[in-house]
Amino acid sequence: MPPEPADSAMACDLPAIARRWGNDPANLVQILRNVQESCGVVPSETLDQLARLVGVARVRLEATASFYSFFHADSHGAYEVLFSDNIIDRHAGKAELMQYLCERLWVEPGKVSEDGLVYVDETSDIGLADLAPAMLVNGLAVPSLDKARIDLLAELIRSRKPLAHWPAMLFEVPDNVRRAGPLLGEPFEPGAALASMLSIGAEETLARIEASGLRGRGGAGYPTAAKWASCRKAVGDAHCVVCNADEGEPGTFKDRVLLASHADLVIEGMTVCARVIGARRGLIYLRGEYRNLLPALGRTLERRRAAGLLGTDILGARGFDFDIAIHLGAGAYICGEESALIESLEGKPGKPRNRPPFPDRCGYRGQPTVVNNVETFACAARIAERGAARFAGMGTPQSTGTKLISVSGDCARPGVYEVPFGVTVREVLAECGAKHAHAVQVSGPSGTCVSFQEFERRIAFEDLASAGAFMVFSRERDMFEVARNFTHFFAHESCGFCTPCRVGTSLLRNIMDKLAAGKGSPYDMQEMKRIMCVLRDMAHCGLGHTAANPVVQTMQKFPEAYERRLKKLEFEPAFDLDDALETARLITGRDDEWAHLAAD
Amino acid sequence: MSAGTFTLDGRAIPFEEGQTILDAAAAAGVDIPHLCHLPGLAPHGSCKLCTVSIGGRLGAACTNRAAAGMTVESETAELNAHRLTLVQMLFVEGNHFCPSCEKSGACRLQETARRLGMTTPHFTHFFPARDLDASHPDVVLERNRCILCELCVRASRDVDGKNVFAIGGRGIRARLIVNSASGRLADTALSANDRAVEVCPTGAILRKRVGFAVPIGRRPYDRHDIALSLPTRRGEGAGGG
Amino acid sequence: MGKLKVATCSLAGCFGCHMSLLDIDEKLFDLLELVELDRSPLTDIKHCGPCEIGLVEGGVCNAENVHVLKEFRSNCRTLVAVGACAITGGIPAMRNNIDLWDCFQEVYHYGIGLEGGQIPNDRELPLPFDKVRPLNEVVRIDHFLPGCPPSAEAIWKFLTDLAAGREPRLDYEMLHYD
Repeated sequence: MPPEPADSAMACDLPAIARRWGNDPANLVQILRNVQESCGVVPSETLDQLARLVGVARVRLEATASFYSFFHADSHGAYEVLFSDNIIDRHAGKAELMQYLCERLWVEPGKVSEDGLVYVDETSDIGLADLAPAMLVNGLAVPSLDKARIDLLAELIRSRKPLAHWPAMLFEVPDNVRRAGPLLGEPFEPGAALASMLSIGAEETLARIEASGLRGRGGAGYPTAAKWASCRKAVGDAHCVVCNADEGEPGTFKDRVLLASHADLVIEGMTVCARVIGARRGLIYLRGEYRNLLPALGRTLERRRAAGLLGTDILGARGFDFDIAIHLGAGAYICGEESALIESLEGKPGKPRNRPPFPDRCGYRGQPTVVNNVETFACAARIAERGAARFAGMGTPQSTGTKLISVSGDCARPGVYEVPFGVTVREVLAECGAKHAHAVQVSGPSGTCVSFQEFERRIAFEDLASAGAFMVFSRERDMFEVARNFTHFFAHESCGFCTPCRVGTSLLRNIMDKLAAGKGSPYDMQEMKRIMCVLRDMAHCGLGHTAANPVVQTMQKFPEAYERRLKKLEFEPAFDLDDALETARLITGRDDEWAHLAAD
Repeated sequence: MSAGTFTLDGRAIPFEEGQTILDAAAAAGVDIPHLCHLPGLAPHGSCKLCTVSIGGRLGAACTNRAAAGMTVESETAELNAHRLTLVQMLFVEGNHFCPSCEKSGACRLQETARRLGMTTPHFTHFFPARDLDASHPDVVLERNRCILCELCVRASRDVDGKNVFAIGGRGIRARLIVNSASGRLADTALSANDRAVEVCPTGAILRKRVGFAVPIGRRPYDRHDIALSLPTRRGEGAGGG
Repeated sequence: MGKLKVATCSLAGCFGCHMSLLDIDEKLFDLLELVELDRSPLTDIKHCGPCEIGLVEGGVCNAENVHVLKEFRSNCRTLVAVGACAITGGIPAMRNNIDLWDCFQEVYHYGIGLEGGQIPNDRELPLPFDKVRPLNEVVRIDHFLPGCPPSAEAIWKFLTDLAAGREPRLDYEMLHYD
């Protein structure tokens, strides 16, 4: 049952919230989340009181509170409706449905309705591309939107029905597992991997992980055993295991499925890791958009504690103490970057750190920390449970095992596919029923745009490295608009720390908008190339390095999508000259021919 | 005591254990362009001006430590072209009008742009709407000129022990915020003698009543021999000499 | 060889750059050996014909500025933005974050010494833009000569470079933004 909707009348007990999180400034993001959820806002006055409660300067709280999209100082009404704004949602009719809802509710996007009841806006991809278009209502996911659902939502909102009494079917999110392999398809007995590890020992377990060839599933493909071994050796008082469940890459949703239906596997992988590196503390950083998964995950942790699979002396092994807390994100894609994630776990704005040192030596609270993707931990549990041989025998020599692919877009069967590494794009397309595919965006906006001429390429670290997204675009889709959507995404999600990304992503977005408005010329193409080079070479982290990829790659692979828009040979202003006179016309009441500037 | 040498644009640079490439180069009298670094404050690595090629890999000279035998390239045509682009980005991001700025002639942003040969900010200006805060009796905060280098943030936190400043917001909407419920500088613990007031590389934080005191021709960067990497000194922060 | 045709104008500027041009002093005689002035406040020619070089001072703040700038762009082979206002919008652009309505109110209603003021609406008055723009945000600009104003030496160096067919280049000492 979904929790009560935010109600600004509800008392906001700051001391109780702070106490729940140990009055610890490192838990600030969590404290602010609780404030936001129970008060519906994070009011400016709150910051002073919180600053006293946790003992840090107010300005640092304000820095954190103003960094995350889901915190706001102004009320968003009793119902906050955020439409997911991935290109997949757009292709599925998001814009029309959003307009329809706004009309039904008499509200403008981005503004609270006059009666203070409802706020409608958009947000970055929410991890439901297989069920697009989708939205968050007071932070809870509502998938598979259509007119009928919008009608129902409008009715529920207008009748001010508390969210807890909304039909549960609105919040049902099916897993859509279309193909299961050894990871998803076989039963898992909670504790099996731990028992197996305890019987062979931590060292031998690490050797198993190494022999399996397991590489990080977040996309970078760093060998898991090497990361664990390095952290195990690192000197520290409080080693830590962090599960990166900030699945923010647009088009990716396989971690959602793992956490919804295979949480034991993930948690057990973390517990195995804890034993290997000698950690007593574990953290799951769950993206804020997956708030709906929180209650069940909490229950799973409880159940495992009761079963002796978490807590002290796990499975009776003396000194095997490990427990896990869940931290929720608050709407910031950059927190998927591991050092930004750690900053966020420490209550700060999610800005990537300077590296080295890497987290394996200096991570959470300065302690040696392993940060792995959800899927990596699930794989690790399977390897600990069943040995390395079967895993190593699947996939390709450099990319062993299976990969969860999140398929969305123009295909008959969107969902999660567990495929052996080395599978070709064409094979995945055939399996998901994509008959007229023209392009596939592999691994999301920061990944690779694969054109129809390259469908023999393989999903594998040595060819198309992937965090899992697989967005299918058919012939009638405009790849320029795909790239433009991604460019907006990066500009919105840039943390603002470094110059090239902070300014460059916004400049790129503006030029793409200029092209879309029919004001583009070859000059603008040169401009974009110049910005791209600086992003690639000078940016602080992966977000900046890859932020221009969608434009670079679509320019190269679908040049006609751009050429079509370069209507001008000579430079054109980005702004409309006549529009720029509108204010003066209104003030002077003039509308004569001299009060206008004609387009050339 | 030197821990060895590395090569910077073909020149051998000695360094001490733990020293960054930027600091070692500065100690040897070689200037690598930068805006967000000052000796004595924790390295930050955000402006990216000091990006150099370290054995073929690009990295910030202010955060990467020198190591014996490493080959560093800084004064290459490509890197300087990138640096020029970064400075131009900073100019269009804020509202920088040198002719009316008290800091002109003592401004590290302006001077860096001159050294990189900038003749135009080039990109489309954002002309952002930013607040000017003149509430403090002795210091003015002109956010239009802020380049988000966080020197004041670090100086106030680590040297003055006051935490007067921080960066709020995200991305292109990031902005300098101050430690008071009113949002006014006057309601913070800032004093005119704070290190945080001195370190601003632009005219964003200025002491009052000393603007334009030094005539054109005698301002710090009118004297062509001044090194960019020298720490900002007392008086310079407000356009004095 | 014939003289180079040069046109000059000041848009949203203060004519300070033109004054600096005159500050070339006795070199003006040398300059006039090289160039012939077309449209310019110095000649009072109202429209420009085909020119080799156009020098534009000031940013774009109103509709008339756009007409003039476009005339220069279509007639001048090489168009130079001269001075801080032409390059960044300069001092006039400091109004960019003041609401235009507030500007009008201040100028015509509430300014010191004003009583019963009215906002003029004559057709002859060019309408102001909501924001003042540098030249390169309205048309393509070939070269930028910064300074407020650029010094006479800088202008001389720049023009002689251009006249000699060289890429104009200001070295560090001549490069100023104020």
